[in-house]
Amino acid sequence: MEALVASAVAVMTAAGVYLILRRQTFPVVLGTAMLSYAVNVFLFATGRLVVNLPPVLADTATGYTDPLPQALVLTAIVISFGMTAVVVLMALGAFIASGNDDIDLGEGRE
Amino acid sequence: MSLLLIVILPFLGALLPAVLIRSGRGMAAAGAGLATAAALAGVLAHLPRVFAGEAVVARLDWLPALGLSASFRLDGLAALFAILILGIGLLILFYARYYLAKADPAGRFFTYLMLFQGAMLGIVLSDNILLLLIFWELTSLSSFLLIGYWSHRPDARAGAVMALVVTATGGLVMIAGMLVLGGIAGSYEISQIVKAGPAIRDSGLYPLALGLILLGAFTKSAQFPFHFWLPRAMAAPTPVSAYLHSATMVKAGVFLLARLWPALSGTPEWFYVVTTVGLVTMLWGASVALFRTDLKALLAYSTVSHLGLIVMLLGFGSKAAALAAVFHVLNHASFKAALFLSAGIIEHETGTRDIDRLGGLRRLMPLTFALATLAALSMAGVPLLNGFLSKEMMLEEAAHTTYLGGVWVLAALTTLGALISAGYSFRLIVLTFLGQEREDYPTKPHDPAIGLWLAPALLVAVVVVVGLFPALARPLVAAAAGAVVGADMSGVVLKIWHGLTPALAMSAIALAGGALLLTQARRLQWAGVALARLSAPAVYAAIMTGAEAGARRLSAALHDGAMARSLAALVLVALAAGGWAFASAGLGPETRAMLPVPPVVAVGWLALIVASLWLPFLHRDRLLALVLIGIIGLMVSIGFIYLSAPDLALTQITVEVVTVVLMLLALNFLPKQSIAEPFALRARDAGLASAAGLGVGALIYALMRRDFAAPTISAYHVENAYSGGGGTNIVNVILVDFRGYDTFGEIIVLGIAALVIFALADVMLRRPALRRLIAWTPDQPRAGDAHPLMLVVTTRLVLPVALMVGVYIFLRGHNAPGGGFVAGLVVSIALVMQYMASGLAWAEARLRFDYHALIGAGVLIAGLTGIGAWFAGRPFLTSAFGYVTLPPLEKFELATAMAFDLGVFLTVVGAVMLALASLSRLSHRAHHDERKRGETG
Repeated sequence: MEALVASAVAVMTAAGVYLILRRQTFPVVLGTAMLSYAVNVFLFATGRLVVNLPPVLADTATGYTDPLPQALVLTAIVISFGMTAVVVLMALGAFIASGNDDIDLGEGRE
Repeated sequence: MSLLLIVILPFLGALLPAVLIRSGRGMAAAGAGLATAAALAGVLAHLPRVFAGEAVVARLDWLPALGLSASFRLDGLAALFAILILGIGLLILFYARYYLAKADPAGRFFTYLMLFQGAMLGIVLSDNILLLLIFWELTSLSSFLLIGYWSHRPDARAGAVMALVVTATGGLVMIAGMLVLGGIAGSYEISQIVKAGPAIRDSGLYPLALGLILLGAFTKSAQFPFHFWLPRAMAAPTPVSAYLHSATMVKAGVFLLARLWPALSGTPEWFYVVTTVGLVTMLWGASVALFRTDLKALLAYSTVSHLGLIVMLLGFGSKAAALAAVFHVLNHASFKAALFLSAGIIEHETGTRDIDRLGGLRRLMPLTFALATLAALSMAGVPLLNGFLSKEMMLEEAAHTTYLGGVWVLAALTTLGALISAGYSFRLIVLTFLGQEREDYPTKPHDPAIGLWLAPALLVAVVVVVGLFPALARPLVAAAAGAVVGADMSGVVLKIWHGLTPALAMSAIALAGGALLLTQARRLQWAGVALARLSAPAVYAAIMTGAEAGARRLSAALHDGAMARSLAALVLVALAAGGWAFASAGLGPETRAMLPVPPVVAVGWLALIVASLWLPFLHRDRLLALVLIGIIGLMVSIGFIYLSAPDLALTQITVEVVTVVLMLLALNFLPKQSIAEPFALRARDAGLASAAGLGVGALIYALMRRDFAAPTISAYHVENAYSGGGGTNIVNVILVDFRGYDTFGEIIVLGIAALVIFALADVMLRRPALRRLIAWTPDQPRAGDAHPLMLVVTTRLVLPVALMVGVYIFLRGHNAPGGGFVAGLVVSIALVMQYMASGLAWAEARLRFDYHALIGAGVLIAGLTGIGAWFAGRPFLTSAFGYVTLPPLEKFELATAMAFDLGVFLTVVGAVMLALASLSRLSHRAHHDERKRGETG
């Protein structure tokens, strides 16, 4: 299971990094979304993987998974929505103002 | 009055002018003056104890572990400076009230001035060198603001920058010196450092600490070769020049030398470096001043010269020289401030301060003539005025100090300095006031009103009274000198007549020579030209140009406007740092066995991997890419469920929905295809991305296969979730209770993000963006029916159910997966569905919430819940809970955390809806006009 999670994080990170290196706004926005997934799963996994031990107190439970990374990731998910929304609006504003969605300034383009 | 209050008063006074300026500049000045007078009264009230040789202290521990505490100490030296700062400050405030022109923003001026006053007072009262450094840099900053006060003038801006660069650089160097000094002495308290004098001087680090500290002091006190910023600082309004650049701030360096005198002085290094720098500065400044025609420039160079004199006296290392230095600080402050203020009057009344265009003002401005002449004669060292007394003491000391192997060297050079000083003082009087009246003054001169002459008159009164009755100044000067040398100096006598001493002869030579110099000024003009050429701060200009060009080249290399390049650099650096960490430290053994993988999970994993790998190849088709993102998000949510994180799964899946809706709304405008990029570029990025992915994957794999190296704090949360937080859902209890403060901050950030989005969308709905928005035409064929009946009916039927689910998730959140975040997202989705199905106009007509108010209410409720804990005498956001029975329901639990969660819920709903509604308004506006165009065209 650990190998699956690690490989998923690896693939999502790679896709995210590739996309944020694009030259237009929309792929970069997608890239940040991918990186958010990767980072959230990464943070979550630092609590180590456990199956069927949700962090909800119950008399019948035999143990609990680490609740702290979950609390961190929960807020991170919500904040990443806020960030994505702001970036999307900025991309949109830039597109409407300039007529294209290139991300670089005119000079210094490769 | 506590010293802490005295130090704070000017800063409080800095706030008053900003508030009072609406009632006129008189009120603003009065407010600032009141704070100054109160602080001055506080200092004066402590004087009896100070004269008795005691020190008043106040202390507030700040970061004791770092040796940093707010400790203040008022001894003789501090008292002398504090009286100068506050007393002259009071006069300057009064003078400036009448000096500033109508167009000048007076409130800002008084605020800056009080800021400076507080910083300067902080320097002289600090008993901790780290605290002193903070105030030290604050004076540099406020001096920058004051020199650049007339910011429309290029010379003011350039002068301000130069002063800041020189004094702040010196200050930074001095920080290093102070840290070394504190390290040697084992304490950052000045009262401790001073006691450790012998140990400091024997230390091998002494030369280093001395050099660094002297650099700081010399730059601040405009010592050669760092003096050049001071004349440029004369671009400041004259009250500032009088206050900062002659009476107080430039004496901060002198103050520091005096303060650390017992710790640092007495060695050959100290004697030769400090004495020589002071001597050279004195001669250089005086020589340049002799040839200046701008009144303020002349006074500025004479200030440089007199600062050199005081520094030289401190360099001698004898008690009598220290006494003379302290006395001259007082005398120079009084006559030089009076001279600056008189120069201000002359410029104010005649329209010029160029002495070549003045002359003959004696009869036109008799009062100003009298004041300026008395002050200038004091500067020249004429008997019966205070400047004579300290200059006489200086000459007496110089005549007895061996320098470069003989006593005559210093005697000759100081006499020369005094001679030139007398020369420029006489020249100032003669060329400004004596001679023929002219016909061509820029404006008709006459004496000013009391507002302008009162302040210099009071200063001149000090000049004359101290000059005639030096015994009056004795207690203060003796206490200050005693504090410098660390011994009782109360036995000293200050008197006019010492008998026929060598100093008297030197004084006489200086005065006679000065008069002779005046008559020969024309013949010496060539020397003035040569000096002017030498004094150009070419080195400073070269350094500044070089630094500027270097900085520009560096930032151009790092930031050339290509974002992908910057991001690639970021990834590379992260990779290098990670690689280095991997390579330089070994990995421990794996301690955790792998969990088994059921086939269903493997299928989900496969879907995620395929979608993620496919995305980079397909991303140019943006709609398809969005579908893939949706799949990945879904798989991540399912993964969370499987791995015991139901709260995360709920949050992830709901956020997924609103994110996709948001991106679809944006894609409505954006191109549906990305432009192809060259293969080489893609290959490079793919390589970088693969390396990053491998690194992150390897890191998390290594982490997951090992147990925690140290026990974590999670166990605490598990144990106390119910007993302390009153909930069984530990994640929710952490969010609303244990880490409630973080959550509170987070919902504020979320609210701000939503407001930013609203503002961005608002800008786009205005010209000129609006014109482009209206001109926008859809690049996709439109659906025949914008609001299909099936969708409309279904969403309206689902709405009450969805809202009910939201309430349910919210209510159970404390004890089962759910809570404010998820409930807020669910309700938002239910509402957004109405927008999507029935259109913006329909939905907005029925949804009469103000989303801004919703965000505000959410933050307010969360905040008030937190404050509620105060009434129970507990810290912010401490939660309480109990059990309640309402008749129709079963017994249930009620926790204040629920109210907090309600705040979270409202903020989330408000933020999400505001973001999506802002975007919808854009589309609506564009489509609306498009339809109108269709109808008319």
